[in-house]
Amino acid sequence: MQSAKGEQSVADLALQSGALQASEASSRSKALARLKLSDSAFRQLTRAAAYFVLILLSGIIVSLVAGSWLALTNFGLGFLVSERWNPVTENFGALAPIYGTLVTSIIAMFIAVPVGLMIAMFLTELCPQWLRRPIGIAIELLAGIPSIIYGIWGLFVFAPFLQDTLQPFLIGLFGNVPVMSSLFAGPPYGIGMLTAGLILAIMVLPFVTSISRDVFSAVPPVLKEAAYGLSCTTWEVVRNVVLPYTRIGVIGGVMLGLGRALGETMAVTFVIGNAHKVSASLIAPGTTISATIANEFTEAVGDMYTSSLILLGLILFVITFIVLAAARYMLLRIARRIG
Amino acid sequence: MKHVKTLIAGGVIAAAAIIYPAVAIDISGAGATFPYPIYAKWADAYKKETNNGLNYQSIGSGGGIKQITAKTVTFGASDMPLKAEQLEKDGLVQFPTVMGGVVPVINVEGVKADEVVLDGAVLGDIFLGKIKTWDDPAIKKLNASVKLPQQAIVVVHRSDGSGTTFLFTDYLSKVNAEWKGKVGANTAVEWPVGIGAKGNEGVANNVGQTKGSIGYVEYAYAKQNKLANTKLVNKDGKTVSPTAESFMAAAANADWDGTPGFGVVLTDEPGAASWPLAGATFILMHKVPQDAVAAREALKFFDWAYGKGDKMAQDLDYVPMPDKVVAAIKKSWSSQMKDKDGKPLIALSN
Repeated sequence: MQSAKGEQSVADLALQSGALQASEASSRSKALARLKLSDSAFRQLTRAAAYFVLILLSGIIVSLVAGSWLALTNFGLGFLVSERWNPVTENFGALAPIYGTLVTSIIAMFIAVPVGLMIAMFLTELCPQWLRRPIGIAIELLAGIPSIIYGIWGLFVFAPFLQDTLQPFLIGLFGNVPVMSSLFAGPPYGIGMLTAGLILAIMVLPFVTSISRDVFSAVPPVLKEAAYGLSCTTWEVVRNVVLPYTRIGVIGGVMLGLGRALGETMAVTFVIGNAHKVSASLIAPGTTISATIANEFTEAVGDMYTSSLILLGLILFVITFIVLAAARYMLLRIARRIG
Repeated sequence: MKHVKTLIAGGVIAAAAIIYPAVAIDISGAGATFPYPIYAKWADAYKKETNNGLNYQSIGSGGGIKQITAKTVTFGASDMPLKAEQLEKDGLVQFPTVMGGVVPVINVEGVKADEVVLDGAVLGDIFLGKIKTWDDPAIKKLNASVKLPQQAIVVVHRSDGSGTTFLFTDYLSKVNAEWKGKVGANTAVEWPVGIGAKGNEGVANNVGQTKGSIGYVEYAYAKQNKLANTKLVNKDGKTVSPTAESFMAAAANADWDGTPGFGVVLTDEPGAASWPLAGATFILMHKVPQDAVAAREALKFFDWAYGKGDKMAQDLDYVPMPDKVVAAIKKSWSSQMKDKDGKPLIALSN
């Protein structure tokens, strides 16, 4: 009886479980179908978002090319090497803005990269714990200041200060040195390419610093401790362990900063002097691509003038693209060399 | 059922849209930044009086011309008058609203306001970079009694396109042959020397800070920033100071009736008391406007402004148009501006 009962119960169980399986299978397939649906919906949604960027980018390129077509066909490649910028005769060339854009960005990176890396090293390796947060927050606040504030501060406070102190000092210091004297020639206006570069350096600094700090603190402590164990100095640890380990991240931060320096408009417009001139002297007034567009677009009368300004925008777009491509190439080469 | 509801809702909105303008009309305009303060002030007072609003966007003269040509606004505003051919081509009428003056300002140690005298040739040579120091013989010759230091001249000009720059370069083109040949006149030019600053306030600030500098700003900015202005020698060879009276004198001596679209540029005007660097700002409207109701309201607004707005303009350091010119402008409205049926848009009593 017992065994029969037991068998029955087993059979029952089997039956039940069969039924259960059947119902389970159907509900599972339903659930799977539902998951599949939501999965594919999610995929479509994310794909649409990603494709949207592509469409947006090509839309921008198309409208830039269409807008600049008149100037492009009229001036051709000569636009890139002509220093003329004459709205009266409608004779335009982009050399001065391109030159100014590159020079101010180079000055900015020349200062911001070493200083930013040093701050990051100090914060991750040497700084006492209680000081880390205040300095870290100060750096982040620096990134949060709107560029117009930098511009106003640059014009009202920084430029007069430079006119009275740094610029006369540089002119006097290099006055008799062959190459340097032409780099620092002319009367001290206060504003000019050097001032714009210095303001840009301050603006770029937080990008370089905070990204390098983040990647520096991601270095496994065991590597650093091993190096210290071999009686390395802090500098040797940073130079031989931290920097090689974080190279890719640091380059990413530098490129992000460079991208900002190339495109920065308001702060530069205030302090660069806005002169369409290519001059060897760093303290002479110059102009950048974005400053020219911001200054002149509202009152640009005539199709050729407007078209030339849009062509400047296209050139800035191309320069930024080249910088990003160069960064990619650099990262690729490093990756290949390491592994 | 649903469709019926939508139709009714649509009908109500459409009806409201038709009725609404009868209550209060918003006139839209866009263009020059120079007259923006006075247009805003007039609009505010006009709204209080008539309940009709004016929406003016100060996007710059270039933008104003583009928008009125594209018919997206009731009127456009420009500091630089359009040429007769262009007015004809686009079917536009043009008339001036207020005037202002441009003033050379300097920052030279030991030199007070209204002390230094310059003439057109010298001013042009300074901006060409040919006169480089303040103690240049050409400047000394005009200022025998002023002690000028041996200091480098820093030229400050506008970096953005501007009606102020147009007036200044137009003046230099009239009085300095080399300037005319090398640089010319426009809202933006290829400056031979100097640093560029954005806006009147930018130039005023740069001149205020930079020792040895010379720039040019609207009269109001020179006054508000307490900058040292120069005197100028006018066409009649007389030395004049920039005042509302000397701007008026320039306007009084101009040939308004003989210039199509009242497109007079008030630079280098004759007359013993005329300041040689003045200019009016202009309104552009279509001869046959698309929206006759809005255009009529805009004309009513300007009619009101010519009648009651003079005091407000003077408070803001603008110079009102002479009565004789205003009468001619009103005559041009009734003779030139028509609605689509060919009837005059507005019939004014005077």
